[in-house]
Amino acid sequence: MAQDGKRERDRPWIMRTYSGHSTAAASNELYRTNLAKGQTGLSVAFDLPTQTGYDADDPLARGEVGKVGVPISHLGDMRDLFDGIPLDQMNTSMTINATAVWLLSLYIAAAEDQGVDPHVLRGTTQNDIIKEYLSRGTHIFPPAASMRLTTDLITYTVDEVPKWNPINICSYHLQEAGATPTQELAYALVTAIGVLDAVKATGRIPESEFGKVVGRISFFVNAGIRFVEELCKMRAFVELWDRVTQERYGVTDPKQRRFRYGVQVNSLGLTEQQPENNVIRIVLEMLAVTLSKDARARAIQLPAWNEALGLPRPWDQQWSLRAQQILAYESDLLEYADLFKGSEVVEARTQELVDSAWEEVQEVLKRGGAVEAVESGYIKQKLVESNATRLRSIESGEQTVVGVNKYVEGAPSPLIENLDEAILTVDPEVDANKRAELARWKMERDNGAVEEALAELRRVAESDGNMMPASIAAAHAGVTTGEWANLLRQVWGEYRAPTGVAGATVKSSPTGAAAQTVERLRNRLHDLEARMGRRPKLLVGKPGLDGHSNGAEQIAIKARDVGFDVVYEGIRVSPEQIVASALEEGVHLIGLSILSGSHLALVPEVVERLADAGLGDVPVVAGGIIPEADAERLRAEGIAAVYTPKDFELDHIMSDLIDLVDRENAAE
Amino acid sequence: MPPSEPDDDARQVMSADKAAVSRALNLVEDRRAESHARVADLLAVLKDSPKAAGGHRVGLTGPPGVGKSTLTSALARSLRQRGRTVGVVAVDPSSIRSGGSLLGDRARMSFDPTDKGLFVRSLATAGEVGGLAYAANSSVRVLAAAYDTVVVETTGVGQSEIDIVHVADTVVLVIQPGSGDVLQFLKAGIMEIPDILVVNKADHDELARRAVADLRGALRTAHAAGADRDRDSDWETPIVATSATKGTGIDELIDALDAHRGHLETTLQTRRRQGEVQWTLDLFSRKHGEHGVSTLGGLATLKARTEQELDGGETPLSLCERLSREYVAALGQTT
Ligand code: B12
Ligand SMILES: Nc1nc2c(ncn2[C@@H]2O[C@H](COP(=O)(O)OP(=O)(O)OP(=O)(O)O)[C@@H](O)[C@H]2O)c(=O)[nH]1
Ligand SMILES: [Mg+2]
Repeated sequence: MAQDGKRERDRPWIMRTYSGHSTAAASNELYRTNLAKGQTGLSVAFDLPTQTGYDADDPLARGEVGKVGVPISHLGDMRDLFDGIPLDQMNTSMTINATAVWLLSLYIAAAEDQGVDPHVLRGTTQNDIIKEYLSRGTHIFPPAASMRLTTDLITYTVDEVPKWNPINICSYHLQEAGATPTQELAYALVTAIGVLDAVKATGRIPESEFGKVVGRISFFVNAGIRFVEELCKMRAFVELWDRVTQERYGVTDPKQRRFRYGVQVNSLGLTEQQPENNVIRIVLEMLAVTLSKDARARAIQLPAWNEALGLPRPWDQQWSLRAQQILAYESDLLEYADLFKGSEVVEARTQELVDSAWEEVQEVLKRGGAVEAVESGYIKQKLVESNATRLRSIESGEQTVVGVNKYVEGAPSPLIENLDEAILTVDPEVDANKRAELARWKMERDNGAVEEALAELRRVAESDGNMMPASIAAAHAGVTTGEWANLLRQVWGEYRAPTGVAGATVKSSPTGAAAQTVERLRNRLHDLEARMGRRPKLLVGKPGLDGHSNGAEQIAIKARDVGFDVVYEGIRVSPEQIVASALEEGVHLIGLSILSGSHLALVPEVVERLADAGLGDVPVVAGGIIPEADAERLRAEGIAAVYTPKDFELDHIMSDLIDLVDRENAAE
Repeated sequence: MPPSEPDDDARQVMSADKAAVSRALNLVEDRRAESHARVADLLAVLKDSPKAAGGHRVGLTGPPGVGKSTLTSALARSLRQRGRTVGVVAVDPSSIRSGGSLLGDRARMSFDPTDKGLFVRSLATAGEVGGLAYAANSSVRVLAAAYDTVVVETTGVGQSEIDIVHVADTVVLVIQPGSGDVLQFLKAGIMEIPDILVVNKADHDELARRAVADLRGALRTAHAAGADRDRDSDWETPIVATSATKGTGIDELIDALDAHRGHLETTLQTRRRQGEVQWTLDLFSRKHGEHGVSTLGGLATLKARTEQELDGGETPLSLCERLSREYVAALGQTT
């Protein structure tokens, strides 16, 4: 046995911060400083237009360019992003899905321009489209076409970019959409099964090579505040993946069956109230994925203390990075073997999770598998229901959230003395600058070569060839992200995923005081209906490219449950469509939900269009990540009320909404 | 009741002004007693609009999730390409506990928000049991005055989709490959034979072919069992395979719809009138049961009277109200 302080240490996990904003050049600078701070890999956040296949000059990109990530429209942008960062030495994780084939093509093209052979490239494309339909919302094409892109990328990289992790099956986003640990396990596994089955069905991978593909599948997992259970969940993942790879795919090499995963810890539970408490939550959650050596994360990225306020500044992210470094380098964690092997408590809970998850896996497979269960809305509805249950138990106080529904009194936090400066803001000029740059790019490139590359892309898309080579050629030719995606939209069409709300029921009925409140709200709506002749009708709208659906879904369900007629059309609806729906549906009230930070562009646009359509008297409320200064501006422009995450009591919101309809009706 | 001159509101509806159509739809949903006269007036005027007489009212029914909304969307798109305007009424169930609803059909319909020739209104059943909403019938009449084709999507509760036959000129039953229940219902005569049968989700050729063959068989059995819609026995129900998501089979569906509309040319007015009579009687008897019907002189008398009153310009809704009041008054006298 080693002497005190002289034990051998394991190599720590890869430490990343998820970042990118404004422009490729600005993000490049950020990456270089992050690397200088001891970060050991890069994690690229793309802006929503890039993720959903639009260029900055598309009307749908309005208000979103460079906001929540970096805009990458073409090879020039990709080169700038990694300027001075040698790609043969970097490990780059790209959170990219619907346009993963395209962004990887740009990355490969940029590497080739740096003189780097793609065979040495290391990194990850997220490339998990199933969870986009279920939670993350940056999908473009129908499931079949999307799965084809997914498998094209996987089968291409096996030989051509062999060190690349072609797909990161995500359960992270499922928990962020409300999934219980059982659901997180089960739906991630059925996604992996769906992908591997699809890869097999391409016939491109010889039977003998299939283990290699299985071995390249990695996962991106969440860890919530119930960290003991979460620790068990990670162990359950290891066991279940071993089972699936062995039993379903006959993989014999234990190395290829290993559950390899990266983590972003829970952000849904991070609060706007007393935001400094979030640091403690983040650290506890990190323990769940690091304590077990046998189920330890390979890469970790942490959210920041100001998660619920807005985008993190470099300092905020640095604080979280320091938490990782302290755990890995100061503490003795990495000196020990697995701490829980043989623990009856941990093993029992792990086994429970294994069993319940396996049961749900079978249920989904019985329904035809992941794709079917997406299309039918089965999984989405389950997530919406779990999230509703979660919110209800916070509202009722059954689940304690410190600083939110318990211990709410405290000294004011110096961290948020100047609230508006406690987050990162993106220069509004970014949008216009990018449009000008794009116009220049299009003028300077060889447009004949672009046409040819696009024609070839179309030919391949209409055949069953692999989209990667044609996309890499298109990248070199100067094709843009919008051109690539629009072409494929023409060939494959677009897809709107089920919202899951229509059939969603909240299992536990409210009791006691909560039940009385709901009853009161119902009676008020009933009275209003009698007075107005029609039942009050609410339109919940999600303008722009924002995919954050939780808030809108929960408001929609709650509104139905207190007695509103509710129209909710899902995410990514244009302001024009929202106004058309309001007009045709004859609604009494409109609620807009925007979390992507584009509220100052989009909310006024909706209001203006409503006035043009003669609907200027329909009250509008807004909700989402809206800093107080912006909320003031919106209210000054006629928005009746603005709600943010701190407004967790849905009953209060409902009561306000009923007041609004009542007042408007009385005024008529 | 003299057929009134179209006022501005009605004229705007007839010219498919969206704001006016929307207001008219709001009005016909209005359940307050003081609004009934205005509803009746409006519907009386709209009845004589040129569009209403020439148009086509299509009912789409079928089990939950077969793709009715997606199909409506695809159908509307193709009809618009052919230059026809389209109004849609999409009905969803209300929650029994709260009375509220989540109107989800619209989310499945993609449309150009600047298109003046397409209008979609969602309605909640609000306690009605026949797969339609209180205001569905009236809403169809409003839209029929404004648009060439009106499509009504029912809630999709299966067997109880009865009311649609009183509202639509053409009833389309949508099923998907492997939906055994519907076949059984058809065969057993539980379900009336629709005017057109659609097998949606026919993305997989083999499955769809088998489903179409199964349906042919079921239809033969059903014909033999006499489950044809009584008003129409010389129409041979076509079976159309569609994929609403891929957009295949939609042209065939439109052809079948047109053929049925053509087939109805001489009988259309009678069919619509029958629908109105039946709607009135159903409304009344659902409210007051057999006792109500017999108190007002029995089914035959009540039917004859309804026909007469509707000919005189009365609308089903307000007539039903009036009959209800008579019945309540009669009850008062006997007890
Ligand atoms: C969960 C979450 C996700 C989930 C979303 C799952 C889903 N289907 O909704 C996932 C993991 C997919 C996700 C992804 C991303 N996210 Co996110 N996410 C969050 C998080 C942690 C919580 C949001 C949430 O769901 N809260 C729970 C719901 C119930 O609350 P709510 O929406 O705020 O709604 C409440 C009120 O705001 C109000 N309300 C909201 N809407 C409405 C509407 C009406 C009518 C009314 C009356 C009230 C109302 O009432 C609700 C009840 O309390 C927030 C940070 C945070 N803690 O708030 C970041 C956050 C919103 N995400 C952010 C970002 C950047 C992203 C990404 C764009 C990252 C990227 N570059 O790719 C992606 C892409 C998403 C996309 N397609 O747009 C940023 C936005 C930054 C900004 N605004 O400046 C945030 C703030 C995190 C951060 N600090 O960086 N995210
Ligand atoms: N594969 C396939 N899926 C389809 C087709 N038509 C609809 N769907 C899918 O089936 C699901 C249900 O479609 P909807 O249009 O909502 O069905 P609906 O009959 O209107 O459903 P309810 O109104 O809830 O009864 C959606 O996920 C659609 O994308 C089709 O032709 N093929
Ligand atoms: Mg529907």
